Amino acid sequence: MDRLARLLTATRGRGRMDWTDWASYLYLVLGTLLMLGPVVWLALSSLKSPSGLIEFPPTLLPQEQVRVAVPTYPAPLPLYRITEGDHAGQTLAEVRKIGLQATMVDPAAPETPIRVPIDARTKVMRLHAAWDNYGDLLQKFDFGRYLWNSVFITTVATLITLLLNSMAAFALSKYRFAGRDPVFLLMLATLMIPPTIILVPNYLIAAVLGLTDNPWGVIWPAVATPTGVFLLRQYMLTLPDDLLEAARMDNASEWRIYWRIVLPLSKPALAVLAIFSVMWRWNEFLWPMVVLGRSESFTLPLALNSFQGELTTQWNYLLAMTVVTLVPVTVIFALLQRHITQGIASAGVK
Amino acid sequence: MIGTIASQAAGRLYAAVMNLPERPMRWAQGHLPDGRLGWLFVGPNLAIFAVFTFLPIIVDFYYAGTGGTNLLPTERPWVGLENFASLLACKDYFEPNSCVRDQFWYAIWNTVKFVALQVALMLAFSLVTALVLNRKIIGRGFFRAAFFYPVLLSPVVVALIWKWVLQRDGVLNAAFVGAGLQPVEWLLSARSAFGWTVFVSIWAHMGFYTLILLAGLQAIPADIYEAAAMDAAPPLRVFRRITLPLLMPSVLVVLVLGLIRAVQIFDEVYVLTGGGPGSATTYLVEFIYNTGFSAQVRQYGLAAAASLLLAGVLLVLTLIQLRGMRAKGSSRG
Amino acid sequence: MSRIDGSLALQDVVKRFGNTEVVHGVSFDVADGEFVVFVGPSGCGKSTLLRMICGLESVTEGEVRIGGERVNDLPAARRGLALVFQSYALYPHMSVYQNMAFGLENLGMPKTEIQARVGEAARMLRLEEYLQRKPTALSGGQRQRVAIGRAIVREPRIFLFDEPLSNLDAELRVGMRAELVDLHRRLGTTMIYVTHDQVEAMTMADKIVVLRAGRVEQVGLPLELYNNPCNRFVAGFIGSPRMNFLEGRVVDGVIELPGLGVVRTRARLPAGGTPISIGIRPEHIHAGHQADNNLTGAVAGVEQLGGLSYVRLAGPDITIQIPGQTRLAAGAATPIHFPAGAIHVFDADGLTLPRQTP
Repeated sequence: MDRLARLLTATRGRGRMDWTDWASYLYLVLGTLLMLGPVVWLALSSLKSPSGLIEFPPTLLPQEQVRVAVPTYPAPLPLYRITEGDHAGQTLAEVRKIGLQATMVDPAAPETPIRVPIDARTKVMRLHAAWDNYGDLLQKFDFGRYLWNSVFITTVATLITLLLNSMAAFALSKYRFAGRDPVFLLMLATLMIPPTIILVPNYLIAAVLGLTDNPWGVIWPAVATPTGVFLLRQYMLTLPDDLLEAARMDNASEWRIYWRIVLPLSKPALAVLAIFSVMWRWNEFLWPMVVLGRSESFTLPLALNSFQGELTTQWNYLLAMTVVTLVPVTVIFALLQRHITQGIASAGVK
Repeated sequence: MIGTIASQAAGRLYAAVMNLPERPMRWAQGHLPDGRLGWLFVGPNLAIFAVFTFLPIIVDFYYAGTGGTNLLPTERPWVGLENFASLLACKDYFEPNSCVRDQFWYAIWNTVKFVALQVALMLAFSLVTALVLNRKIIGRGFFRAAFFYPVLLSPVVVALIWKWVLQRDGVLNAAFVGAGLQPVEWLLSARSAFGWTVFVSIWAHMGFYTLILLAGLQAIPADIYEAAAMDAAPPLRVFRRITLPLLMPSVLVVLVLGLIRAVQIFDEVYVLTGGGPGSATTYLVEFIYNTGFSAQVRQYGLAAAASLLLAGVLLVLTLIQLRGMRAKGSSRG
Repeated sequence: MSRIDGSLALQDVVKRFGNTEVVHGVSFDVADGEFVVFVGPSGCGKSTLLRMICGLESVTEGEVRIGGERVNDLPAARRGLALVFQSYALYPHMSVYQNMAFGLENLGMPKTEIQARVGEAARMLRLEEYLQRKPTALSGGQRQRVAIGRAIVREPRIFLFDEPLSNLDAELRVGMRAELVDLHRRLGTTMIYVTHDQVEAMTMADKIVVLRAGRVEQVGLPLELYNNPCNRFVAGFIGSPRMNFLEGRVVDGVIELPGLGVVRTRARLPAGGTPISIGIRPEHIHAGHQADNNLTGAVAGVEQLGGLSYVRLAGPDITIQIPGQTRLAAGAATPIHFPAGAIHVFDADGLTLPRQTP
């Protein structure tokens, strides 16, 4: 028990690695495999052709069978390596398959057909990435529209969120006015009202305002985030009032003080909120599913969901679409990892 | 070069846009009595809150008291507490088949089971991960990022990733076959589908809680550990008497936040299992969604009533959280 | 250049925060072009007073007039004043140039005029090389000059300074003091300067306003305050090292100091038996006996500064400043002399007793 405790408390292995260090690394490496492995597996799979996807057991990397052009045969023929019998070790091309026997030829001497049992040979594979999966998304599906819907909603909602939340945070942190504290408490209270609870009435309100099947139906209900107001207010409280008074002496209007002084100085907090907002809007699912009924107005997650629900799921396209959906988030995370983790640790919100 | 031009253009655009309200705001500043200007800044945000948060709460109560399938409130007959009554009418609460709304009670018990298992396991794994990450580890930033990465993924993406891994010809079954076992239809048996919803939601969210616990651990001053080392305290004692008590506020935050989120589980599970097989993984929010939006007959009143019951549970959990946070605040002095 | 009237008058100005009154009916006048220093210990209300003059704080009662015009209800920006903050309050995200230009831009001034004014101020304050830097890349003294520059470009009627030197180190502070005095001479604009440091007040001011607990204690020329403080507070506040205070009693037209002896003064003393206190500055006490007012004290400690020495006597505590160096050491007894003309006498309320007219 004491040893286990050492594993959990020691903060420094003095010099040499002891077993607790080994155990820690083992845990972390296994954990990392479990966390990232499925994502990597998905990305690799998305490059497989439909025939590669139904391979069982699946191969790690995307592959396809090698085909060669053989004289006198109009189309390229698939290559096999013969494992048993007279021709063991040779690489032959298949002409046709009848029952358990295949007619094959040596590509170097295509005149003589050779008959080989089909369990006495293995396919010759080579690495091949089926980029068509991605290319076809744009042609065969309305993917461009879904992507645009998602990008539009994410960008516009984030800009409006930053503007409205920072205005409110500015007043709540820098002005004394009657009703300020009740307003702040009211906004904080909405942190505790999960959107799932007001699903039904929000749908009514969206319908009355003509926002259903409309990207603004996703944008407007989402932009007044209490988290954002809270985050920005806490940051703006740390800006010295002297700066505002100096600007007042400098004949700046209150609006100018807000956008020339306070906003530029709140950049770090605005950045955190911008990242949060992008993540929220890009990943949002339940509310868009309720408010966006027609498929033309679908966002990427909705398109993914409806696509995977179809009877004959075309996994190659679905996987490619999933990868496209997770790439922006992954890139943002890779670039801003430190900001995001610190922002979340300090704000305690997601 | 292009960068500077772009940033200059962005700066111009920002200035041009932000200058638009200058005249009306200046006019308002001159004509409003002192202190009213604050309302002008808070106003837009507050108005949206009012329309999309406060108003819906009131409407929620009205819906819960009305029946029928029409969305328009004026077309809905008042039924009083009938919706609540039908939700709560049950011979034996532990036997959903004996209830009028059996789906509701399946959802309740599924949710209870899910929450208990998911929160307990997630807390345990987050705590261990945070403790390990708090050690002097080479590549700590990378490992922390790796554990955190799934938190950022869309729930739909999370579900599809695991659906792909768990499908009949998926990589997990390949490993099973490789080990000489029979492939399993993971999502088609009630028990294993339930288990996987628990696992996947832990996979997707534990990074967030690990981060909170890690922040809590790093807030414990190093000199306390040094003092304990000077006192020659054995590691188990240090863990029990120093680390755990000082981490307790963070653990409480994780526990309550985790509970609040777990009760509302929906997105991942909806895509992963669709609530099935049968209703084995239908949780509360999915029940609300099915009742109000996806069924042929849209029973808004019933959905609203169920929402309010859920809200009651969340209110209790939030109050617990507030008390916990107060304790956290006071322990930090 | 024809200047607008930069005179200032305060009349019975009162400030209350809620129910707490922090400034109690302050009145005084500042003539156009004067350099006036508000001095007092922290919490005396001097900064509140300054902020009321600027318009950053509202006036609860009374009247503030600038150039003869009542400005109580005029917003800060329209009073034609410039304030240099204790923290400088430079906009950290703007360059030095932008910091100085911001106020002019807000007035809608043409760009060429702004450039000319900022250029002129930068030249005057030797900031030309730093115009494109951000404030964080400047030294404390440079930041201070930028803050002053931001005030200068607006060509205000009155400059207000809120403890502007308190964030600088001692050496820089002496230099900046001289620069500010020089600036005042060149611009000729009214300046109001708030500090808790009486040395700054003495060295810079045309006129000093001593404040305590929201009241004006005394207004006057620096040397007037030094020579004729009107009460014990001003006497103790002005001058360094601090004036010695001794408690005593009036006995037969002289003052008896318990444990020391009796001294004669030029003050008009009250009736015998009245408790009274005297004050005498360390630099006015002579070592050695003369005709009268001779006392003896026990040396408790000596501080040798080379050019002058401070001798501390114990029971009662007295500090003596001796020019040059001394051989006195702790434990020795030393004769001292209080010149009758240098003794200030205060009544039980701390008010200075007037001198006898000879």
